[in-house]
Amino acid sequence: MSNRIISPVGARFVGQSVQRKEDRRLVTGHGQYVDDIKVPGALHAAFLRSDVARGRITKLDVSAAREAPGVHGVYTWQDFHEQFGEAYHVMMGEALVVPPPLAIMDVRHVGDPIALVVADDRYLAEDALELIELELEVDQAVVDYRTAADDSDNVVHAGWGLPSNVMVAMPFMPLAPDLDEAFASAAHVVETLVDQNRYNCVPMEGRGIVATWNQGRGEMDIIASTQSVHETRNFFARYLDIPEGNIRVTARDVGGGFGQKMFVFREECAIVLAARAVRGTVKWIEDRRENLIASGHSRNESGTVRVAVADDLTITAMSVDHVADVGAYPPCPAVLDPTLLTGPYRIPRMGFSMSMVWTNTMGKVAYRGPWMFETTAREIAIDATARAIGVDPVELRRKNLLSFDELPYTSAAQREMVEITPLETLDQALEMLDYEGFRREQEAARAEGRLLGVGVSVYVEPTSMDAPSLHTEGATVRVEASGKVVAYLGTTSHGQSIETTMAQIVADTLGVAYDDVIVVQADTQSTPYGPGTGGSRTAVLAGGAAQRATESLREKVVAIAAHMLEASGDDLEIADSTISVKGTPSKSVTLFEVAKLAYRQAHTLPADVDSSLEATVRFRPTRFPTWSNATHICVVEIDRVTWRPTILRYIVSEDCGRMINPMVVEGQIFGGVAQGIGGVLYENFVYDNEGTPLTTTFMDYLLPTAAEMPHIEIGHLETVSTTNPGGFKGLGEGGAIGSHACVTNAVSDALAPFGIVVTKTPLGPNDIFELVRAAGHA
Amino acid sequence: MHEVALTVNGTNMRIEVEPRMTLADALRDRCDLTGTHLACEHGVCGSCTISVDGRAVRSCLMFAVQADGADVMTIEGLANGEELHPVQKAFQAEHGLQCGFCTPGFVMSVTKFLETTPDPTDDQIRDGISGNLCRCTGYQGIVRAVKRAAAELNGQS
Ligand code: FES
Ligand code: FES
Repeated sequence: MSNRIISPVGARFVGQSVQRKEDRRLVTGHGQYVDDIKVPGALHAAFLRSDVARGRITKLDVSAAREAPGVHGVYTWQDFHEQFGEAYHVMMGEALVVPPPLAIMDVRHVGDPIALVVADDRYLAEDALELIELELEVDQAVVDYRTAADDSDNVVHAGWGLPSNVMVAMPFMPLAPDLDEAFASAAHVVETLVDQNRYNCVPMEGRGIVATWNQGRGEMDIIASTQSVHETRNFFARYLDIPEGNIRVTARDVGGGFGQKMFVFREECAIVLAARAVRGTVKWIEDRRENLIASGHSRNESGTVRVAVADDLTITAMSVDHVADVGAYPPCPAVLDPTLLTGPYRIPRMGFSMSMVWTNTMGKVAYRGPWMFETTAREIAIDATARAIGVDPVELRRKNLLSFDELPYTSAAQREMVEITPLETLDQALEMLDYEGFRREQEAARAEGRLLGVGVSVYVEPTSMDAPSLHTEGATVRVEASGKVVAYLGTTSHGQSIETTMAQIVADTLGVAYDDVIVVQADTQSTPYGPGTGGSRTAVLAGGAAQRATESLREKVVAIAAHMLEASGDDLEIADSTISVKGTPSKSVTLFEVAKLAYRQAHTLPADVDSSLEATVRFRPTRFPTWSNATHICVVEIDRVTWRPTILRYIVSEDCGRMINPMVVEGQIFGGVAQGIGGVLYENFVYDNEGTPLTTTFMDYLLPTAAEMPHIEIGHLETVSTTNPGGFKGLGEGGAIGSHACVTNAVSDALAPFGIVVTKTPLGPNDIFELVRAAGHA
Repeated sequence: MHEVALTVNGTNMRIEVEPRMTLADALRDRCDLTGTHLACEHGVCGSCTISVDGRAVRSCLMFAVQADGADVMTIEGLANGEELHPVQKAFQAEHGLQCGFCTPGFVMSVTKFLETTPDPTDDQIRDGISGNLCRCTGYQGIVRAVKRAAAELNGQS
């Protein structure tokens, strides 16, 4: 196989698990998350939210609350009426408007913000909430998205005059002229209904914002727990109709996001408007209940997958009919990407339909791999198909997976698949498990009545996704007067180790020590524009920008050093912050000496030598997306008394191109896999029939703990990408994308002795018990 | 308002609090020690774990007035000057944190856990830290960190 990675000459930090720059402040309690920001005189906010999923507001009296001790303002929709302008995110397009911050006339989901209290502290603000008189006339809520489209009596957005609950419905579209014939003539056609439960981002730090309006200067200062300071700024520039330059958005440390913090929600809008109203600082820190019920929900979609298979196990066609719940007000409805449905497979014909349906539940938001269902649906269907036709799912995959050697391959949806290793990662993962050995062990276990199963999932991940507004990242890199280096990036890290990985790239590219590079990000007043940290964009885009900007800076350093050394720039090399003549190390200057000359004695430079020690680049990869890929395999055992599933082995073989920092790569995989395992086995956000959420604390919404999480074994392949100079690929979302189907398939295989095929999640002990009982075995 | 006298990270403090103020809020707002984090405020996530009179305590479940006379240690008091505590060092060395929001709670819990279980098995570690939630790491780096810290602490004593 070509394209295999060889560390580039001079690489000293890239490829190494160097320790993170972020850690020292974080392990000593000196991180600065948004709630840690203290602004003198700041007021604190709390929202009155609807406890009803659908209803009309018949009384809303805030007069008593306005008189409560310590209260500076109580706001309802009327107070913000016509106080704001355009309310859309560039990434989502102008058609998807963030609704007015506070409910007007009616409420459409539990958690819908109705009023806002601003007081001296949060305790007093919550006291005042109690004094608000609210009466609602309750209407029948639309809760189940599977039936919502046909419910014309109860329409979520009747208040907007909409006739139905269908947001988008795209009729079936065949992507091959002979799709019908392929299904009609296939030896086997297997139909599988894949149904994925509702589970959510749940960062440990909820959302939060500190907004300060400076009336004299006409400036808004925002500190937020966000994944995108720049898009937050641009959003509010439109929203407040003031120039971008009069808004500063910063974030110091952000306690996770996973997609949720990519977007400005209604609450942040309300806080910014309140700050302008009080002409001061308003702080809002979301509590856990708010985060669980009102910070965006995810997954909760289903699809009917049909797979046509020839006698020799060639998959000849696939189709998917997809339905997704987008809730009432989706910050990001995460549209199905049909080009990902065939993923890493050689499936020549494909067709799909899709619909997105409104319900009286919390709106949908992007969550780590918002295109995950495409993998979930396909991988669960492949296992179900293999079972139906009586072959091992690995055999069916092996026959149809793309291998590196046959690329490029153009998929049915006209995607060019390149630089990926699906079959190779499958082989590596199977070897790590000893698949044949496991099947023998399983046979013996089954003979003893044990329920042991193995699941596989193979996927491609479209990192640095192909959305036009996300095509670039910027970097400015500067040698300071001391000879130390600062890289200004457009990113907003929320756990990705960006300060570390980008410093590794800059250090290698310039030839300085890792410790001499500082990365500055998440400040709109000092960093180049970046559309946001998400979509597994950073390695490719920020990495490319950092590298290109540093290369350009290096040329400037070399030009000045060449003048100082009276040598040709071509003859110079830089290592350890020293620029020397190749082969004559004694002829050298340090970076500090170069900086000293550039900053203090620029007059000594010839006119044609630039004294600037700074370079800015906007980087755009050569192609979109940058594919990465992986195979997950896990082994599950189900207890026959408690029906509790336990994961015994979890294996990932992944190919994210050249690794900047293997420790960070593996950390991203561990975390992503935990979220997929959580979604299948533990996490499930539940509404009752009235649309009341039942999982509003960590006692009901169960995140996996260390006791549930397996040890994860990782194998790496490193096929370099040619989309960016470093050969990197993204990988932040893959762990979450692959794990859902993998765990589901393992549970299904464990229950195979009962004739059960599992295609629906969640799969807690109760769910498994119900499956077994329905099959007549419990 | 009540006056509460307590020792925080070796410093004697007197703070004024309302009876309903949690110890976590008091530490964060009255003592300016924001290393103690709040991720649930209902006693499940462990982010707010601190040491009170030598025991690991969830400071979101305790009122500040209950800490009158107590000896409190928060994450800010764990390092010995510039020298990090072995648990802190181990979290750094083993990539036991990503966003870092859960980290102070973990570090404080682990420090206490290793006092009672100095030589833990993997299962004991996983069980011992199962009262703390992390959303980023899948716990793998944290488990490694606990092992490393145990080894270093055992080597020291
Ligand atoms: S904040 Fe105290 S346990 Fe979660
Ligand atoms: S490191 Fe982010 S929650 Fe643990």
